[in-house]
Amino acid sequence: MRTVLVLLGVFGSCRGLQPDYTEQGDPELQSASGSSKYGSLWPLPQKVQISDVSFRLSVSGFRIRDAKESSAGPSCSLLQNAYRRYYEYILGGAGVKKQKPGKNWRSGPSELTELQVWITSPDSDCDAFPSVTSDESYELTVDQPVAVLKAPNVWGALHGRTFRLINSSVISDFPRFAHRGILLDTSRHFLPIKVILANLETMAMNKFNVFHWHIVDDPSFPYLSRTFPQLSQQGAYHPYTHVYTPADVKMVIEFARLRGIRVIPEFDTPGHTQSWGKGQPDLLTPCYSGSTPSGTFGPVNPILNTTYDFMKQFFTEVSTVFPDGYVHLGGDEVDFSCWKSNPDIKKFMDQQGFGQDYSKLESFYIQKLLDIVTTTKKGYMIWQEVFDNGVKLKPDTVVHVWIGGGSNEEMGKVTAAGYTTILSAPWYLDYISTGQDWQKYYKVEPLSFNGTEAQKKLVIGGEACLWGEYVDATNLTPRLWPRASAVAERLWSSKDVKDISDAYNRLTVHRCRMVQRGIPAEPLFYGFCPHEYKGI
Amino acid sequence: TKRDSVTNLRRSYVRWTVQRIKKEKNVLGVWPLPQDFTSSMEQYPLNPHTFHFGYGKQSVAQRGCSVLDSAFKRYFSLVFPDYSSGRLHNEWTQIKDKPFTAEISVDHDHCDDYPNEESSERYNLSVSERKAVLNAETVWGAVRGLETFSQLVYQDDSGSYFVNKTEIVDFPRFQFRGILLDTSRHFLPVQTILKTLDAMAYNKFNVFHWHIVDDPSFPYQSCTFPNLSSKGAFHPMTHIYTQSDVRRVISYARLRGIRVLPEFDSPGHTSSWGKGQSNLLTPCYRSGIPSGTFGPVNPALPSTYQFMARLFQEVSSVFPDSFIHLGGDEVDFSCWRSNPDIRTFMQKMGFGVDFAKLQAFYMESIVNITSALKKTSIVWQDVFDYHKRVMVEVWRAGCYLCEVRKVAKAGLRVILASPWYLDQPGPTHDWARYYTVWPLAFKGTDKQKKLVIGGEVCMWGEYVDATNLTPRLWPRASAAAERLWSDERRTSNVDQAFPRLQDFRCKLVRRGIQAEPLYIGHCKHEFQGV
Repeated sequence: MRTVLVLLGVFGSCRGLQPDYTEQGDPELQSASGSSKYGSLWPLPQKVQISDVSFRLSVSGFRIRDAKESSAGPSCSLLQNAYRRYYEYILGGAGVKKQKPGKNWRSGPSELTELQVWITSPDSDCDAFPSVTSDESYELTVDQPVAVLKAPNVWGALHGRTFRLINSSVISDFPRFAHRGILLDTSRHFLPIKVILANLETMAMNKFNVFHWHIVDDPSFPYLSRTFPQLSQQGAYHPYTHVYTPADVKMVIEFARLRGIRVIPEFDTPGHTQSWGKGQPDLLTPCYSGSTPSGTFGPVNPILNTTYDFMKQFFTEVSTVFPDGYVHLGGDEVDFSCWKSNPDIKKFMDQQGFGQDYSKLESFYIQKLLDIVTTTKKGYMIWQEVFDNGVKLKPDTVVHVWIGGGSNEEMGKVTAAGYTTILSAPWYLDYISTGQDWQKYYKVEPLSFNGTEAQKKLVIGGEACLWGEYVDATNLTPRLWPRASAVAERLWSSKDVKDISDAYNRLTVHRCRMVQRGIPAEPLFYGFCPHEYKGI
Repeated sequence: TKRDSVTNLRRSYVRWTVQRIKKEKNVLGVWPLPQDFTSSMEQYPLNPHTFHFGYGKQSVAQRGCSVLDSAFKRYFSLVFPDYSSGRLHNEWTQIKDKPFTAEISVDHDHCDDYPNEESSERYNLSVSERKAVLNAETVWGAVRGLETFSQLVYQDDSGSYFVNKTEIVDFPRFQFRGILLDTSRHFLPVQTILKTLDAMAYNKFNVFHWHIVDDPSFPYQSCTFPNLSSKGAFHPMTHIYTQSDVRRVISYARLRGIRVLPEFDSPGHTSSWGKGQSNLLTPCYRSGIPSGTFGPVNPALPSTYQFMARLFQEVSSVFPDSFIHLGGDEVDFSCWRSNPDIRTFMQKMGFGVDFAKLQAFYMESIVNITSALKKTSIVWQDVFDYHKRVMVEVWRAGCYLCEVRKVAKAGLRVILASPWYLDQPGPTHDWARYYTVWPLAFKGTDKQKKLVIGGEVCMWGEYVDATNLTPRLWPRASAAAERLWSDERRTSNVDQAFPRLQDFRCKLVRRGIQAEPLYIGHCKHEFQGV
């Protein structure tokens, strides 16, 4: 006898996970009664119609295949890999329970045997890399024995994994913002590749599409450069066990691509570069105490030609290793005290007529760096200080706003100047606090600043940042998830999706789904998952 | 607090370099710090093929002692973390290195007993050429000494093992050093509990306070009242602790010298009990009629005490420890007040409208039950005023030492938990907050200070389950571990402790304990899980 499983769908799955809030619950959640009419959909699609007709699936019978009309076929390994992943999710997943009579069908459910995936545009993008302009929309129809997932290209089709929990329904979906990122910091602590891959997988579950890889910084330089191997040889915590080889980097990029995720590397200069100096002599500014060098070093030395020769070669390599159209150049938190102490720098300042204004020197450096990077045919992202200091930027520069929790004034300034921008200021997830801080991240409205419609169009998204001072492989995943999931919904779903208690109900189940897939996403509040984390 | 202010500053570079430089120097490799510790630079090689644990001739316990035999097995792998047990001892035997023997002797044979409040954990350890001698009064002391020995062994860059010449005399400052886990707000799989017991042993904690049931769920499967978990657990099959699970936890703990202290908290915190035991909880009233909701345990019914007597009879036979925690905290009087039967009972007892007297009456009755079962009762500070036969756990924030002093003055024994509520993650990641606690810094006589028998780290479960328990607990609990074990005068400096704790944290990670980082840096062997 074959085992018949039922896709209980949005009404029936995973009940009873939430506590009643009658006594000690968060006042905001007093009304939470346990389940949302949208089941466990996360992030919530733009348009959803769900009927109460449910289908059953048989383990042996169900298939995911390419529609006849689809422009992507069996040769599209990106889709074939995705089918295999989703098949396992669907049939081993949280939405599937053994059949038992339920109220959702009267005369026996019809059988769902197939999900057809139909890529509609002539070019499926199957072998391409995702970009900021990729169309991520999709439509999903589950109203007959054959479900159909229609998408202009593969990136939308990947997001159609929403399918896993659907009753008879029609979903039409697309992201509100094009840039939905997570920043991981692999310099303050080294993160083993396995951890990065697990988090890419989790990002895909949450429809994030940018991995911002803050790969090097003051404490260590784990990126193994082909051109300058001594950077990691000298600058990593350990030259063999704590580095990312070219093969590692390639693996991360391909793993991300298969999930529709861009990898944007950040090589932050001229500050945050202590580790660079170990393998590259003369790159950093020697600091002076009085009239003699103190033996310590400051930011990149902006007055030497060798600095720019080095940067030219280095960023040429970076531009070939990382296929994305953008590279993040940092530019934040430059400490001027070392520059001030150095007599050669002072002389240079005088020659250039900068006076005592060291931000002019910083701008001088950044300007030259931007010109170098422009020759590598990359667009660039920079932290907000670079804009604040008045550096001349290309029109397609993305300004990354991070200072000042809410920071909407800055968003107004950046967009008024005509630049595209992304927001991180309210989403520094390495800061932890007591209680349900996911709500704080959830309530952020990125477009709440004063500005014209045209200005608001320049906001292309945001990023949740998990800096590494206190985070490594031991605690990264539970600290990031499901708190980052709150950011995911804010960046994907419609602006008016903001009912906290409905979000709580869906997110609780979504977090259990991540747990069941082996991701140790921490709990929102007391309660349970049918399958608790076993990966101890 | 600072963290909620608007800046996202990432740079604390200066602090980082300062700490980095400190780390290079002279790491003293034992955590918590032994009472008396002398080591020299004289270095002896260790080789897994020629290393043996053995019983000293004068030892009362000999081969066949379950506690020590299994400790030898565990500590062999901890001493030699690279050693693959698949390899046969006698293969590759180019025994260039002469044998090294760790010889263990104890004065008493407690091999089949449980550790208890009087168990001595004192040991002497002397490491010299080709020999380590470990003497202890009890097997529990020997287990502590083995932990210390395993932390003295280190590897050079090529992976060879060494130990330095060392003399240690060691004993705990406090007899009671506990960790509370809450398995009601979230269910913790048995594996997670066992892993925590391992980490506790590495930190020389000796009491696992099992806050096993509470409002949200009742995972303890009672033989006498099976409905309590079949109705009151999150799930009656997958989210319960069976009798064999409980036995497994107790026996796993015993082998590590850890007592298991169960808590069955009443009369408050009992919502989940009511699901499987009707008439146990007080029906609340609204405008003169039952509202359908329930409050604390109903103290006015004789059936309540009959139930409790049977339950605690079971509990006291399942859990061998002589302590039992009765809770008694945070009782909400509003439901009692609403109930006319309770009010009638109050009048009959002459309590007037003082519901604290009703609570005291209830607790007194429960303490009578547990006393008859020969158990020492512990209660949370809320109820101590009324009972002279209990031990008090101080947990409220504020001037907790005032409370400690008050209890000690009344002549009762005290356990301190207030400064060690580790489930609170913020506002800082500062382990030092848990380190700079001075439990005896109150005005009192020596006799009163002796009544402070120890302290406890509490990991409540609102926001904690198997996904995040371990990194949230360790290494922050290690800070409390040193406070409770070591000499305060030699362990009061945070800057001196920092590099040692960093080193110890990497040891925990190497042993598979997902202990989170203290600050920027790295471990030679990083955690390899997700």
